Amino acid sequence: MGVEVVVEGLSKSFGQQQIWQDVTLTLPAGEVSVMLGPSGTGKTVFLKSLIGLIKPERGRVLINGVDMVNSPERRINEIRKMFGVMFQDGALFGSLNLFENVAFPLREHTKKKEHEIRRIVLEKMEMVGLAGAEDKLPGEISGGMRKRAGLARALVLDPEIILCDEPDSGLDPVRTAYLSQLLIDLNAQIDATMLIVTHNIDIASKVPDNMGMLFRRNLVMFGPREMLLTSEEPVVAQFLRGRRRGPIGMSEEKDAATLAAEAASPLPGDEDDEPFRIPRQLRPSPGMPPRKAVARRRERVLSMLHTLPPQAQQAVLESLKYDAGLPAGAPAGQAGQAAAPPQGAQQPQIVPPPGGPLPPQGMQPPGGPAGPAAGGPR
Amino acid sequence: MTAPAPAVPGTGALRETGKLFALAGAVLSGMFKRPFQVRELIEQFWFIASVTILPTALVSIPFGAVIALQVGSLTQQLGAQSFTGAASVLAVIQQASPLIVALLISGAGGSAICADIGSRKIREEIDAMTVMGVSPIQRLIVPRVLACMGVAVLLNGLVSVVGVAGGYFFNVIMQDGTPGAYLASFSALAQLPDLYISEIKALIFGFIAGVVAAHRGLNPRGGPKGVGDAVNQSVVIAFLLLFFVNLVLTAIYLQVVPPKGS
Repeated sequence: MGVEVVVEGLSKSFGQQQIWQDVTLTLPAGEVSVMLGPSGTGKTVFLKSLIGLIKPERGRVLINGVDMVNSPERRINEIRKMFGVMFQDGALFGSLNLFENVAFPLREHTKKKEHEIRRIVLEKMEMVGLAGAEDKLPGEISGGMRKRAGLARALVLDPEIILCDEPDSGLDPVRTAYLSQLLIDLNAQIDATMLIVTHNIDIASKVPDNMGMLFRRNLVMFGPREMLLTSEEPVVAQFLRGRRRGPIGMSEEKDAATLAAEAASPLPGDEDDEPFRIPRQLRPSPGMPPRKAVARRRERVLSMLHTLPPQAQQAVLESLKYDAGLPAGAPAGQAGQAAAPPQGAQQPQIVPPPGGPLPPQGMQPPGGPAGPAAGGPR
Repeated sequence: MTAPAPAVPGTGALRETGKLFALAGAVLSGMFKRPFQVRELIEQFWFIASVTILPTALVSIPFGAVIALQVGSLTQQLGAQSFTGAASVLAVIQQASPLIVALLISGAGGSAICADIGSRKIREEIDAMTVMGVSPIQRLIVPRVLACMGVAVLLNGLVSVVGVAGGYFFNVIMQDGTPGAYLASFSALAQLPDLYISEIKALIFGFIAGVVAAHRGLNPRGGPKGVGDAVNQSVVIAFLLLFFVNLVLTAIYLQVVPPKGS
């Protein structure tokens, strides 16, 4: 089982530029969490602070009782062996082929025999869909393959904490969907604590158990996915819908005058203001063990239910009801289980097109611009 | 990183100097830690040797000749032709040889090391290695610095021989010097400690060239352009340091070791 990561009052600045301050959150053991945030809000810096690559000025990051910020390098290095980190561009060693890259942590930290190393490496490469590419050099493969190879390398020591830095950047939507599924399957298999840093809404809404968002040098909120997905907080709402209207501007944040002008003017015709539809969370693929984190999370979320806002409470209860409706013990009913995941997978796909409120909104844009255009000449 | 506004001018340079010394310390202590990267050391040793041997030999011939010619004409005016050999040997072994070696190690080997480490840094390879609990200093930098030092010491021997031979050739053939007197005067002024200091200098210069290259490589500023700048800086900084350290070492040597015959 994964371990809990406790972050307390973390602040980091480069020179006079404050990146974020007083970030406090707990990544629950074995659960998948996502850290959202517009570009340039220090998501990657946050991720690197968790592993002790970047030293924040204040605060602590506690993993198994070791503070990753202030401890001596020797103790930090011990804890680092529990981590698997997938860097933005894979961060493969350019001089080694993929096999040697994935085998690197094994050769460094274990005394395994060559055939055993070979077995583990091939297994992990198969897992990320890179079987047959062992002899390629990192320079000879596409960005998506490099990312997946980086993931395979991160997995090779069976980590208890997995950190993914923008797993989606440079991937097409289909590959992103596969990668999302892969991350969930991984979590089901090794029950590791996972943190994904991203600004991809698709990953953020379907993969994690918990979500957080960084903006304006602060952690806006962190909690169960339902809490953010139903949130009325302007920043979160704007970000999840990918709208222009809201506190997030092109460069960083909008000033008060712009915001006031925006609030006064009507919504641009091409932007909807519907409540965000919460997609179902991804479930492990058929044949995978059930995620142990789900039960733990249910307990945890129910115990904190009264602290959540009403819409979030409702969403939590709904998703729990949905989960209960499906056969919970995957290995119990083979037939039921085989039938259930497609249903779960199809639901988000089918719902948007016929689902009530969305299509009319989608229809509006053609009508919207027509209105003002017609109004102009009058 | 932007420098804090109220910073006193020069603190940036001091900070970098501090980091350089910290890295030098880490490299020194890393040399005695297991596991030792034998393979990486051999690869780097071979690489640095292969890029430096030929240019060093080619530089050292004319350099030995210039010293021999200059010293030869000077001693002739002073009427001390019999000491020509000794003087040119001292100049070549003590000063010219370690410096030529250091300049070439730093220029050919150091710049390659800096570019290599720098590009690994911006591709996050160094971070990835650190995260895997493998010290990049132990794994990448120590073998490179050791290779620089080893190649420097061996090359120093080569340059000394080639330089002295070149001096002999030019003095005897071009200036009609007496071969016997040239050789005999070696032992009149030169002594074994001159050879020792020469090798010690080469060793230290190799260390400096390696550490400076690694330091600049580990701290490139933003992107591929930063790596180019870092290579440039590493060579310039290494040159400055080499000449300064050479001055200090020479001064100490002249104070500590009494000249022969006095």
